Amino acid sequence: MVETIDTHLIDWSRAQFALTAIYHWLFVPLTLGLGIVQAVMETAYYKTGNEFWKKTAQFWMKIFGINFAIGVATGLILEFEFGANWSNYSWFVGDIFGAPLAIEGILAFFMEATFIAVMFFGWGKVSKGFHLASTWLTVAGATISAYWILVANAWMQHPVGMQFNPDTVRNEMVSFWEVALSPVAVNKFFHAVLSGWIVGAAFVVGVACWFLLKKRETKFALSSIKIGAIFGLIACVLSMWTGDGSAHQVAQKQPMKLAAMEGLYEGRNGAGLIGVGVLNPDKERYNDGKAPFIFKVEAPGMLSLLAERSASAYVPGIANLIEGGYTQKDGTVALSAQEKMERGKLAIRALASYRAAESDSARQQAYATLDKNFKYFGYGYITNPSDLIPPVGLTFYAFHVMVLIGGFLLLLFAAVAFLSYKNRLAPKRWLQRVCIAAIFLAIVAGQAGWIVAEVGRQPWAIQDMLPTSAAISKLPTSSVQLTFFIFLALFTVLLVAELKIMISAIKKGPQIEQAQ
Amino acid sequence: MEATYMLLQHYWWFLVSLLGAMLVFLMFVQGGQSLLFTIGKTEAQQSMLLYSTGRKWELTFTTLATFGGAFFASFPLFYSTSFGGAYWLWMLILLCFVLQAVSYEYQAKKNNLLGKKTYRIFLLLNGILAPMLIGIAVGTFFSGAEFVVDKQQLTCTQNPVVSSWKNPGHGLEAALVWWNVCLGLAVLFLSRVLALLYFINNINDDDVQQQSRRRLPWEAALFLVFFLTFFVRWLLQDGFAVNPETKEVFMQPGKYLINLIEIPAALTGLLVGVVGVLLGIAKTVFCRRWRKGIWFAGAGAVLTVLALLLCAGWNNTAYYPSTASLQSSLTIENSSSSIFTLKTMAFASILIPFVLAYIAYVWRTLDRHKVSRQDADC
Repeated sequence: MVETIDTHLIDWSRAQFALTAIYHWLFVPLTLGLGIVQAVMETAYYKTGNEFWKKTAQFWMKIFGINFAIGVATGLILEFEFGANWSNYSWFVGDIFGAPLAIEGILAFFMEATFIAVMFFGWGKVSKGFHLASTWLTVAGATISAYWILVANAWMQHPVGMQFNPDTVRNEMVSFWEVALSPVAVNKFFHAVLSGWIVGAAFVVGVACWFLLKKRETKFALSSIKIGAIFGLIACVLSMWTGDGSAHQVAQKQPMKLAAMEGLYEGRNGAGLIGVGVLNPDKERYNDGKAPFIFKVEAPGMLSLLAERSASAYVPGIANLIEGGYTQKDGTVALSAQEKMERGKLAIRALASYRAAESDSARQQAYATLDKNFKYFGYGYITNPSDLIPPVGLTFYAFHVMVLIGGFLLLLFAAVAFLSYKNRLAPKRWLQRVCIAAIFLAIVAGQAGWIVAEVGRQPWAIQDMLPTSAAISKLPTSSVQLTFFIFLALFTVLLVAELKIMISAIKKGPQIEQAQ
Repeated sequence: MEATYMLLQHYWWFLVSLLGAMLVFLMFVQGGQSLLFTIGKTEAQQSMLLYSTGRKWELTFTTLATFGGAFFASFPLFYSTSFGGAYWLWMLILLCFVLQAVSYEYQAKKNNLLGKKTYRIFLLLNGILAPMLIGIAVGTFFSGAEFVVDKQQLTCTQNPVVSSWKNPGHGLEAALVWWNVCLGLAVLFLSRVLALLYFINNINDDDVQQQSRRRLPWEAALFLVFFLTFFVRWLLQDGFAVNPETKEVFMQPGKYLINLIEIPAALTGLLVGVVGVLLGIAKTVFCRRWRKGIWFAGAGAVLTVLALLLCAGWNNTAYYPSTASLQSSLTIENSSSSIFTLKTMAFASILIPFVLAYIAYVWRTLDRHKVSRQDADC
C-alpha cells in the first residue's frame, strides 16, 4: 500500500509558516522605515550639533530597539521552518534558494548585529561620526538583508537561472546573476522595502500627532511629522510605480494570480481594473455560470493596460487558464490545465525511468522526455485542475485593500506634509486622529500585500515546479499543530508585551521639553 | 572538475565548521545568562551581567542564523533531512532563542507584561537549554540518527518526500543518548567557563570579579569531566567511514582517532585549542590580576570545536550518519550543493575576513569602556 501525505499536514504546515510570516512582517517594516527616519535625525544632529536632534533620534531609536528584537526572533524561526516544515522543498531547490540566505547572513546579518550594538550602547563611547555611521550601517544591514530574502522569495514566484539535474534529483543554479538580479526580485525588493518605509513614516507621523493632540513635545512632534510625512509621500509615490511593475510582472509570470487578484473568471480584450467590488459568495466553481460579482466599479481597459501595456490587450481569466485554448502573445495556443497535468506526470515518469534505466540509450530517451516536459513538472503532482485556482476571495480583497489604503496614505502624507510646512497642522485635531489610525492602516496594507503574493501563488511553493503538497516534510500532523499553537501563544504574548512597552515608552516621550 | 568540486566541498565544510566553532565560543552569552542568579547576587550585579552580555547577544544569534543559512546553501540535504526529521529538537532550540531575543530588550522596560523576573528566567532557560540542546544536536554527528534518504521517492506523486525520519521522537530521542547528553553538558559548562572569563575581562566590579574567579575552578572541573568523557569515547568509538571508491558507508574502529592522525591540521588545532582553553582557565585562576583568559580560552574553544567538526566531515567520513539505513548517511559529497553554487558562494565568502575585521574593531571599541555600576544604572 502506498503511503500518502495527509492533506491536513499540508494545511497546518502552511498555517504555521503563514503565522510566523505574518508576525515577522508586523515588525520588520517598522524596522526598515523607522531606521531611515532615525538615521536622518541623527544626521541632523551630526551636522548641526543641536541636542534637540540627538534627543529626537534617541527617542525613535528606543522604539526601534523595542520592535527590533522580536523581528529578529520571528525571522530566525522562518529561516529554519524551510527545513523543518518544507524539507522536500529544501532539497529540491536548496541549491538555489540557500545561496541568497547564506549571503544574507554573511553580508547583512553581521553588519546589522555588529553596528546595532554601537547604535544602542555607543553614545558617548565612540565619536559622533562613528556613531552616525553605525546607525546608517544598521539600516543598510536590515535593507540588504531584505534584498537577499526577497531574491529568494522572487525566485519562488518566478524561478530563473537554474536547471534540473536528474542525477541529483534537484534543481541546480546555472546563473547566479539571473537569480540575484531577476527583474521580479529587484521590483519585489523595492516594493516591499517601500512598504516598510510607508509603515515607518505612518508610525512616526501618527505617534507625533498623538503628542500634538496631547499638547506635549510640540517642537519634537512637528519636526518628526515634517520628516515623516515627506518620507512617507516619497515612499508612496515610488510604491505606486513599483506596484505597477509588480502587477505587470504577475501578469507575465503568474497569470492565475492576476486573475484571482481581479476576480477575472472570463478573459477578454480591454479588461477593466476593479476599483471597488463585492464578490458573489454563491460562486463555488469557476465554471458554474454564476456571475462573479454582486457589485463592482471598474476602470475600462485598465487591467489590460496594467498587464500588457495596451488598453485593448487580451487578459486571460481563471476559466481560460484552466481550460486553455486561447491564443497567447507568442501566437501559440494555451494548454489546458489537464494537458499540463498529463505532461507533468509524463515528466515525473520520465524521471523515474531515467533513474531506473540500465542502458545509456534508455537513459537518454528518458532524459529527452523529461527535458521536453519539465516545464510542467509540478503539474504532475496536481490531482484536480481546480486545485490550480488560488483562494479568489482572499486574494481579491487583499489586493484591493492594499491598493485603496496605499492611495489613501498617499493623499494623507501629501496633506500632512503641506499643512506642516505651512505651519497649519497643529489646529487640525481631526487630521491628527486620522494620522494615528493610519498607523494601523499602513500595517494592514503591508500584510495584505503579502497575502496577495503568497496566497495568490497557491497551490505552488515554486511556481509551476513544485506544489506545496510535494514540498512538505513528512511529520505527524499533531506535531505541527502543537508547534503552531505554541508559536501562536508565544508570538501573541510577545506582541502584547511589545505593544505595552512601546506605548509606555511613547507616553514617557523624548522628554525634550523637560530638559529645556 | 572533480578535484575542484571536492575541494569546494571540503572548503564549505570548513566554513560551516568554523561558524559552528564560533557559535560555541559566542555562547559565552548563554553561559552568562545561566549564571545570572549565581554570580548576580544583587540587582546591580544582575544588571551589570545583562548589560555586559546584552552588547553581544546579537552576534551569537546572528552566528546561529548564518550557520543555518550556510548549511542550507552548502549542504541542503542535511538541512532538509535533519530539520525536517529531528523536528522537536530543532524547534526547542529555536524556542529558546526566541525567548532570548526579546528578553534582553524587554526585561528592564516598564509595563513589559510578564515582569522583569520572568524575562530573566527566560534568559536563564535559554542560557541552560540552548548550549545543552545544540551540544546534543551536534552529538548526533557522531552517534547517528534514524533517517532514510531516498531520492527516487520524488517520483511517487502521492508521497514524494525524499527524507523520512524513522524514530517517532522526531529528534527528542537524541536526548536519550548518553554520549549526546555528555557533549551537551560539556558545551553548557564550557559556555559557563567562557562567561566567567568574559565577566572577569569585561566588568569593572570587585564583587563580580571575585565571585567569577571563585566559581571558575568548579565550572572548569565540570567542563573537563564531561568533555574528557565524551572525548575519550570519541577517540575510541567506531566511526562512520566512507569507501572513497564505492562510496559505501561502513563502520570503522577508531575512525575519529584515525582522522585526527590523518588530518594534521585538525590534530594541531585540537592540541593548540585544548592548551588555549586550559591556559586561559589556569592563568586566570592562579594570577588574580590577569583578565585576558577569555581570549585564550575563546580561541582555544574555537580551535577545539573546529577540529572535532573537521574530523566529522573530512577524510571520507559520514558527518550525519544514519543508524536506520547506513547507506542513507550524509557525507559532504552526497549532500552538498552543486559545484556552481559552492563556487559562487566561495566568492561571497571572500568577504568573511572583512566581516570578522569590523566585528573585531567594534568589539574592541565598545569594550574599551568596561562595564560598571554606572552603566547598569542607565
